[in-house]
Amino acid sequence: MHFVNRNLANPKQTSNIGMETTLSVEELNKREAEFDAKIAGGKTIEPKDWMPERYRKQLLRMMSQHAHSEVVGMLPEGNWITRAPSLARKAVLLAKVQDEAGHGLYIYSAAETLGMDRSEMIDQLLSGKAKYSSIFNYPTLSWADIGAIGWLVDGAAIVNQTVLAKCSYGPYSRAMLRICKEENFHNKQGYQIMAYLMRGTKEQRDMAQDAMNRFWWPALMMFGPSDTNSPNSADLMKWKVKLNSNDDLRQRFIDRTVPQAEAIGLRIPDDKLKWNESTRHYEFGEINWAEFNQVISGNGPCNKLRMKQRTDAHNNGAWVREAAAAYSAKKAASKK
Amino acid sequence: MSDNNHQWPIWEVFIQPKNGSAHEHAGSVHAPDGEMALLNARDVYGRRLEGVNMWVVPATAIVASTPEDVGPFFDPANDKMYRWPNYFKTPEGIKQIS
Ligand SMILES: [Fe+2]
Ligand SMILES: [Fe+2]
Repeated sequence: MHFVNRNLANPKQTSNIGMETTLSVEELNKREAEFDAKIAGGKTIEPKDWMPERYRKQLLRMMSQHAHSEVVGMLPEGNWITRAPSLARKAVLLAKVQDEAGHGLYIYSAAETLGMDRSEMIDQLLSGKAKYSSIFNYPTLSWADIGAIGWLVDGAAIVNQTVLAKCSYGPYSRAMLRICKEENFHNKQGYQIMAYLMRGTKEQRDMAQDAMNRFWWPALMMFGPSDTNSPNSADLMKWKVKLNSNDDLRQRFIDRTVPQAEAIGLRIPDDKLKWNESTRHYEFGEINWAEFNQVISGNGPCNKLRMKQRTDAHNNGAWVREAAAAYSAKKAASKK
Repeated sequence: MSDNNHQWPIWEVFIQPKNGSAHEHAGSVHAPDGEMALLNARDVYGRRLEGVNMWVVPATAIVASTPEDVGPFFDPANDKMYRWPNYFKTPEGIKQIS
């Protein structure tokens, strides 16, 4: 138990550890009622505000998972930086991947306001205790996959993050605003890669369609299980950490993406997909949730590779951290 | 190796979006000293001409009021309504005095 109270970023400095346990039941109920009223009134919760322990835990789980996804998400795309088809494509992809590192850091920074050090969150990722988005456990087999990721994966992330920008926790919402501004670049560069390939040779068009076929369904899975099977949904909705259901957001993504695919001549790999004039939405086929469950429980095509790459990156960066620490120690000593 | 994993202090980052405006809080970074905090902050919060100036401040140096005190802390303003210009009634017929 750990009651969060900090200035802006340092949980250790001002935390009133154990305070929550000393509150009487009446006092706790009163605070929880005030908290609920605040959220119902559309106010944001800030790091030093009182919050129920469950709210803090759920947010920390969600935010750290989100931050990990940004960071692990660099790996499949990083795979193509050295093999991008031109210098211009390489520069763009490098900037895109660098943004994802930034996104990870914005969210880690926001998550730390809830009282957990970034190093602890990273430990949880490397030890396999924390999860990251299932989508990054798929391989990037061709250059078209980079197009499919920017267009579909970042496109799905935009739908999610635009809503999260209105969530009740101030630091998370502000991080999302910053991220949303950058995601449109990611989305457009991906779509442009696909559009160019679709104007190319038969081989290039086949390559784009193949990437589409492999990434379409995993992109739909990114929104998570149907709400009837999503254990945390009710609480998260009540607290305005989540503002729409997984199914609503998935539908929103499909409705905006299908016309984009059609515009460049890509086929959606779903026989059941059809426009419903009365609901004004696309109907679509059954998602393979067995596959999704396999991937999130560690048995996707690249889970082990991703964890190895992430752990190696952490260990290979040790000398940089050592050098930075040595440099600042030396500088401090020479000032004396 | 374990020492290598230890967490550097947190620096809060403030950006002045354009010449003439005030610095705004952007987020935070970890760094062993101020110079490196500034470099990290530039990479994390300044990739798109976000501003013209940047401050990094050790998080531990910031002293903040607490939400519980919001009443007593800001209250004194409430019984001094004369601090607002519309407290004063302007005589009839005069359109504007300032
Ligand atoms: Fe991102
Ligand atoms: Fe992105």
